[in-house]
Amino acid sequence: MMGRLTKALSRGPLHIVIIIIALIWMLPTVGLLITSFRPPHDVAYSGWWTVLEHPFNFTQYTLRNYETVIGKGGMGRAFINSLIITIPATIIPVMVAAFAAYAFAWMKFPGRRVLFIIVIALIVVPLQMTFIPILKIFAQLHLAGTFPAVWLAHTGYGLPLIVYLLHNFIAGLPSELFDSASIDGASPLQTFFRLVLPLSVSAIASVIIFQSLWTWNDLLVALIYLGGTPDVAPVTLKVATLVGSRGQDWELLTAAAFVSMALPLVVFFSLQRYFVRGILAGSVKG
Amino acid sequence: MRTGRLQPWLFVGPALILLVFFLLYPSIDTIRLSFLDKRAENFVGFSNYTHFFTDKTTLTAFRNNALWVVLFTTFSVSFGLALAVLLDRVRYEKIVKSIIFIPMAISMVGASTIWKFVYAFRPAGAPQIGLLNAIVTACGGRPMGWLIEMPWINNLCLIVVGIWINTGFCMVILSAAYKNIPRELMEAARIDGANEWQVFRKVILPLLKPTVAVVTTTMVVFVLKIFDIVYVMTNGNFSTEVIANRMYKEMFHFMNFGRSSAIAVILLLLIIPALIINVRRFTEQEAIR
Repeated sequence: MMGRLTKALSRGPLHIVIIIIALIWMLPTVGLLITSFRPPHDVAYSGWWTVLEHPFNFTQYTLRNYETVIGKGGMGRAFINSLIITIPATIIPVMVAAFAAYAFAWMKFPGRRVLFIIVIALIVVPLQMTFIPILKIFAQLHLAGTFPAVWLAHTGYGLPLIVYLLHNFIAGLPSELFDSASIDGASPLQTFFRLVLPLSVSAIASVIIFQSLWTWNDLLVALIYLGGTPDVAPVTLKVATLVGSRGQDWELLTAAAFVSMALPLVVFFSLQRYFVRGILAGSVKG
Repeated sequence: MRTGRLQPWLFVGPALILLVFFLLYPSIDTIRLSFLDKRAENFVGFSNYTHFFTDKTTLTAFRNNALWVVLFTTFSVSFGLALAVLLDRVRYEKIVKSIIFIPMAISMVGASTIWKFVYAFRPAGAPQIGLLNAIVTACGGRPMGWLIEMPWINNLCLIVVGIWINTGFCMVILSAAYKNIPRELMEAARIDGANEWQVFRKVILPLLKPTVAVVTTTMVVFVLKIFDIVYVMTNGNFSTEVIANRMYKEMFHFMNFGRSSAIAVILLLLIIPALIINVRRFTEQEAIR
């Protein structure tokens, strides 16, 4: 009994340190969330923590900021734009990469090793190396400022890492599977669809989560290829513009920021396991 | 497997074409552009590069980026390491881990907005709505314009945002490696009379070293290209610019393709060591297989 008590007491500082760290990590986001539900006048004249004096006095909260920001503020449109960008920019590269990963893992062709090393090297090449030449080509093709431009760019930029990750998984499948498929007379295409894809579902899920979050959260690629065209701007671009133009209207900025964060947070809380794996996998991207 | 000669190329072809078009060809063209003038018409030798290393604004960006590399990497990795080891000892590990990891889920734009609000500034006497100035004034201090206080405080404030985002990443990777260390090793050291700090220094740290190296490289590659945080919070004003923001400005504000290409190439050169490390790690793994 005594031993337990002294142990708990000696652990005291550890618990305090951890709880303080957890608070530091949480408070900024909590402040943003609370502020987004407060009327403009309150936001301008008192700190968000003052609502905690009467947290259940619901007259101090409002949904008006969200109404304003989603409607007039353009965040509703931006949310749809982000979806329009993210869905193809996830499906296309994952499909293309799955085929390539399978070939790199299980097919023999000249130059396979060198090409794969180039793929690995391309993972960390800074995107900045590509902006000017691609923008020139997009301008000639009248693609600059359009959705297909960002779909294509995200596809190209996402490929090296997705190929690498899927290759690592597919190369780890037992070779007997492929031997028996070959004996049964399955073509590579049949093997790919009936064997490789079904067995790689978990790896593909992680890669889909990472690529969709990467495109949803991306600012730079959208900024370069969509530029200042407001009717195609995704949430990140829209929030960044609002911060620049309405820098003091915190009730609007906080609401807009939350609209942009809602979907990633839902994915985070509902698919945490895949999500963590996906993010860890995606963190080395160029 | 029964495969024709052509078949593999049908599988890798689309990926290779896209890689050549979106990464390989543009990179080579950017190197070429970096030796040409503003409008990419005349050959100018290394002058875009000498400009980078002599101009005051680009040198500031370079200095800030160096500051980011050192501070951001050191703190993200060491916080991540400390949390990985400490959280293993408490029962509510999972909840705290989720809390620390959440910033990885949201965009850097979102994170920057969150922190810009934390740093919000009102003149002394007015009610402070930013958390940081509220704490400072509650403790009797004077409120400060955190993001305009040049050149150290504002740069540090931006770096804090980066650390807040990426500590979770370092923590998760290091925690996985930590949990792989056999418990008996640590127990044996404790029985031999080692205190917790010695156990950490002599047993845990040496075993985590390879993982720390991987995480550190990842962080350095990430931070060399840091852009969003600076773009949203200060737009590089008040001498907070970093290399990637400088490149963006040369490209879109000054339309100087030569200079912006040279900046991109310098960024690539800084990242090449990491690129070599990655390739080498792959060939080593291949050898083991």
